[in-house]
Amino acid sequence: MSEKKTNRRDFLFTATYAVGAVGVGATVWPMIDQMNPDASVKALASTEVDVSSVIPGNTITVLWRGKPVFIRRRTEDEIAEAKSVSLKDLKHPEKDEDRAKNPEWLVMLGVCTHLGCVPLDQKGDYNGWFCPCHGSHYDISGRIRKGPAPTNMEIPEYKFVDANTIKIG
Amino acid sequence: MSEHEYTPKSKFGKWFNDRLPLLTLANHLTDYPTPKNLNYWWTFGGILTFCLITQIVTGLVLAMHYIAHADMAFASVEHIMRDVNYGWLIRYIHANGASMFFLAVYIHIFRSLFYGSYKSPREIIWIIGIIIYLLMMAAAFLGYVLPWGQMSFWGATVITNLFSAIPLVGEGIVTWLWGGYSVDNPTLTRFFTLHYLIPFLILGLVVLHIWALHVPGNNNPVGIDIKKPSKDTVPFHPYIVIKDGFALLMFMIVFAFFVFYTPNILGHADNYIEANPLVTPAHIVPEWYLLPFYAILRSVPDKLLGVIAMLSAILILAALPWLDTSKIRSAVFRPMYKQFYWILVADVLILGYVGAMPAEGLYLLIARIATAYYFIHFLVILPILGFRERTIPVPLSITESVLGGSPNLAVAKKKDNFQSQ
Repeated sequence: MSEKKTNRRDFLFTATYAVGAVGVGATVWPMIDQMNPDASVKALASTEVDVSSVIPGNTITVLWRGKPVFIRRRTEDEIAEAKSVSLKDLKHPEKDEDRAKNPEWLVMLGVCTHLGCVPLDQKGDYNGWFCPCHGSHYDISGRIRKGPAPTNMEIPEYKFVDANTIKIG
Repeated sequence: MSEHEYTPKSKFGKWFNDRLPLLTLANHLTDYPTPKNLNYWWTFGGILTFCLITQIVTGLVLAMHYIAHADMAFASVEHIMRDVNYGWLIRYIHANGASMFFLAVYIHIFRSLFYGSYKSPREIIWIIGIIIYLLMMAAAFLGYVLPWGQMSFWGATVITNLFSAIPLVGEGIVTWLWGGYSVDNPTLTRFFTLHYLIPFLILGLVVLHIWALHVPGNNNPVGIDIKKPSKDTVPFHPYIVIKDGFALLMFMIVFAFFVFYTPNILGHADNYIEANPLVTPAHIVPEWYLLPFYAILRSVPDKLLGVIAMLSAILILAALPWLDTSKIRSAVFRPMYKQFYWILVADVLILGYVGAMPAEGLYLLIARIATAYYFIHFLVILPILGFRERTIPVPLSITESVLGGSPNLAVAKKKDNFQSQ
């Protein structure tokens, strides 16, 4: 036994550990995965909103997947302002055209990308949104301009079902 | 540990003790030799044990009436306050008990920092203590979510979102923690479960904390190693039991003042508004005991780095026994360290203050300076100080430090040698 030689017993040990590890993994995974969103949560994944009553310069907030979605009908001035910003001035460069396919309507998740608070409408240094929690300023396109948030507010998947109805999700 | 063998007096006692040596353990705890110069800062270990038991007992009772459901949690807490017999008292004890727990633990930690209790051979006691402190913060945060008020909801949102700072897997982890796409009912039920579990984990760690303490024995204000048992020690019972008991009574007066006279002063009025996922309160702040770390989080203008800075501020404490290079434990004999100690105390208080203020202008500047100093204290000042500082000669025994001088010539000579080194 002085020489280190792989023998039958070493093989059996290794094989036992390997099967044991697979078994432990297979047992632990359900315990971990049960915490992920369940079927009933996933079933509520889309929302339809009637926006006919929103007048230019106003924002409505709707709940989608437990989170607020801002739907803002922007004025001509606001659209012009959003388009005039140079990409060089942005922390997370995105063109306004890419964020609002129909420039009159800005549909975005009303969730600050810093730590998830709901930013306040028509506040802050850039005439857009301001997050009261840790002081992030967003412009009228929902792009981060100042403060700790790393990215622009997220644009969810949405489409106009007809002229007055937006389907989110 | 006392060296002598213990034998129970009664026959039954002996029979039982031979099978399960509980009486030996009880004897060890009563006779446990304790330095005779322990001051009142040493009574907070006992006070903390009281706090833990208070939280477990009141928490158990609250759990009999509380309903962990997003639609009912807020109403069930009001039901406890208005309908349940003495519900108001039990809830106020539990809610203020959390603050009292942290008050006591901060005194306990800063006592350790002053007298160098974290140094060899007590590093394991210290690290277990830091783990207990982390679990306390987790328990306090989870418990704060349960009433499902506005601060509960948005506190939960902000804290869970800290994990989204992790690259690549962050968003997935947050969704997993929530059990959905936002803080909601699945989040509440799992938070309740974990809030119930953690105190018992803490209880187990407290046993290890005390066990590890009983191996080298207590540190003391002079910070020297002593012989046990000897003229420098007294038995735990009755000397320390009476002293701890008196300090506990004083502590309970403060506790009772908050519970009966200002039960809501440490909370936030916003938490008496039911959780609303569409409106964030104008000014979100955590409970007072987390404010210094909150200030550190906010003082860094980058999301991931802010989270890292906040976690490091806590975890750096675990490395303290190796960052502090001085061989002298007690600050009494470290004139320079004593000054830096008080600057650190002030620094943490300032961080706590700016953590409660809006993160802008002068407050933000102060928070950044105080954050930088916090890390400089542990990473730069302490390692260098151990080599540079001229310490005051340490007495050879506790008795000597009390009586001054020593009649024993041999000891006096040794002392001279020590001083001339």
